[in-house]
Amino acid sequence: MNYDMILAGVGGQGGISVSIVIAKAAMAEGLRVKQSEVHGMAQRGGEVLAHLRISDSEPASPTIPLGTASLLIAFEPLEALRYLPWLSAKAGSVISAIAPIKNIPNYPDIEAVLSAIRSLPRARLLDADALAREAGNARAANMVLVGAASWLLPLPVERLEAAIGEVFARKGQALVDVNLAAFRKGRDAAR
Amino acid sequence: MATETVMGDEAIALGALHAGISSAYAYPGTPSTEIMESFQAWKAAGAAPGSAPGSAGGSLDSLVAQWCSNEKTAYESALGASFAGRRVMVSMKHVGLNVAADPFINSALVKINGGLVVVVADDPGMHSSQDEQDSRVFADFARMPCFEPATQQEAYDMTREAFDFSEEHEVPVLMRITTRLAHSRSIIEARPARAVNPMHKTTDTKGWILMPAMARQRWKGLLAKQEAFRTRSEEAAVLALAGRKLGVIACGLARQYLAENLADFAASAGGMPSVLSINSYPVPVAKIRALAAAVDRILVLEEGYPYVEDQLRGVFGGPVPIAGKRSGELPLDGELSPDLVRKALGLPAREGFAPSALVAPGRPPQFCQGCPHADSYTALKEALSDYPLFSVNSDIGCYTLAALPPWNAIESCVDMGASVGMARGASGAGLSPAVAAIGDSTFYHSGLPNLVDAVSHGTDITLLILDNDTTGMTGAQPTIAPSSRLVPVLEGIGVDPAHIRVLRAHRTEHAANVAAIKEELAHRGPSVVLLVRECIEWMKKARNA
Ligand code: SF4
Repeated sequence: MNYDMILAGVGGQGGISVSIVIAKAAMAEGLRVKQSEVHGMAQRGGEVLAHLRISDSEPASPTIPLGTASLLIAFEPLEALRYLPWLSAKAGSVISAIAPIKNIPNYPDIEAVLSAIRSLPRARLLDADALAREAGNARAANMVLVGAASWLLPLPVERLEAAIGEVFARKGQALVDVNLAAFRKGRDAAR
Repeated sequence: MATETVMGDEAIALGALHAGISSAYAYPGTPSTEIMESFQAWKAAGAAPGSAPGSAGGSLDSLVAQWCSNEKTAYESALGASFAGRRVMVSMKHVGLNVAADPFINSALVKINGGLVVVVADDPGMHSSQDEQDSRVFADFARMPCFEPATQQEAYDMTREAFDFSEEHEVPVLMRITTRLAHSRSIIEARPARAVNPMHKTTDTKGWILMPAMARQRWKGLLAKQEAFRTRSEEAAVLALAGRKLGVIACGLARQYLAENLADFAASAGGMPSVLSINSYPVPVAKIRALAAAVDRILVLEEGYPYVEDQLRGVFGGPVPIAGKRSGELPLDGELSPDLVRKALGLPAREGFAPSALVAPGRPPQFCQGCPHADSYTALKEALSDYPLFSVNSDIGCYTLAALPPWNAIESCVDMGASVGMARGASGAGLSPAVAAIGDSTFYHSGLPNLVDAVSHGTDITLLILDNDTTGMTGAQPTIAPSSRLVPVLEGIGVDPAHIRVLRAHRTEHAANVAAIKEELAHRGPSVVLLVRECIEWMKKARNA
């Protein structure tokens, strides 16, 4: 079993928690993982592409070869479009948040961006911010996306929930609850 | 069952800790920063990952883990620890080794006592750097052994081995990693920690006094050790002979990229290629000859310069054709990837989604919302607007981002500390006003000696120190000396106190800041304007701590 994911966003969006939650759930299942992150200059509001690979044997490359990823999770819609060639033509899926981060002067028309995503096979758009607000904190938007992805990931839901508990425990039970609620909102929305 | 992954940088730090280091020194630089951050985080927490409680050999309590002014000072501190018989690690990014080149090259000649491992993280593709120099060449230049791990596990294991090797051969070992290994995570198996070395000062200080007569002996000795270094490379290189048609030499991380494509290659070529995996230098020539004798053609996969490839090619041509960066199968620049290796193997690209018809415009990095540098540059630009001819030299840090729109506020960025020297030279050549803009951390790193030059010669420059009390770009590490000490330092080296201006870098002070900068631009002689305000990233980090 190999399941490769591209995590795309804008520097400062904190996508790292998504990678950690999914990786922890995978390790709890006894799987091997490899995560690749971006540090340094791009973290200052630039385009940030992270890789997450889970497999029953040790993944070789820290980065995912083009045309092989099973899932692209985008924290920002324009970033979803940037990395499409990483997705496997046969099996790749896209889960993207809809809220744009317009920190460039030439940001395209947002409706055009969203409809380009809608026209992709196996693509899902979510208003992650709104769902996270409903769950109690807009900053839990990333967990909404993990919830939506939970239908596709080769991991039991309980493992993902347990991983969320573990990752946010340090910040207190209230944040654990908010993130779990956000996860469930995302999962329900993508049913 | 593993519950945690470790980053390549962390794996190296953990390997060093378990090898029994007593000290670690560094200057922050992407992609090496997390090595020192790991030591410091574990020390603060009293435990390291993957180690049973107490298995760090108790060394965390007494571990010296310090940021330094620059890579040279870090390296020299490391030498002192080795002299005292302790194991020590010094870490930096590739261009940091340029700064530390003097102690680095000469450290190959001294009689290393406690094991010394220098970790250098190269940044091919220049994710966060100004060049893509290959530190294997630097190791070669110093005649120093170089290890190049391919995975997090190897990073851990080879770090441990590097300390033993360093002590056995009385020479530093350079560990070369690249961005993707430094910043990717995987599960590793750690082993029980070794105790730290007791203090045992060198018994042979002649081995540490590089006066010509002694240095000549040490140099002969270093040259004599080369074959022992090569033997290590030979023994560690893995030669897996298979098909005759193609032999692949894979160095370091390239082995992992090759592995991604081997199944498809075997399917299309009707069998596996012969593969030689190299993880240390000097190059294992015997194993390379053995490979060459068994195949019709060799493809060299390595990240960075065509370092191994060039040694194979020589001048007269060899027994088998060689493919690689020189012959165009792989690019000479940028980082390696599974896809570039795939192409070099002659395999068709895998079928992915088509690129989006709506092309996503690039999203360059930029200042954080509310960054003080933005306000500083806005004030500087306005203050300069009266002058037809000026020069604004900048430096390495977040404030380099002022090179991009909408700021377009700087005209040069070359290396750490260069802004001050360049402003000085530009001033001498007649450009006026000559401005340098540098961060406080970079100023201490290597701007200071340049300012001493300017003050001693009364050069007409205006230096802006963008003082946010942190090294912002690498994730807000503390500057070596607090902001409060900058003014006394400036006065101490002789800057006229009337021309040291301390301003708060904030929009609300804009008019006053413009006026003050204008006054200093008009002053004939060295002047320093401190633009002070905290980094937003630093404040976030402090809040989360
Ligand atoms: S990290 Fe700090 S110095 Fe760098 S852009 Fe952000 S606020 Fe400015």
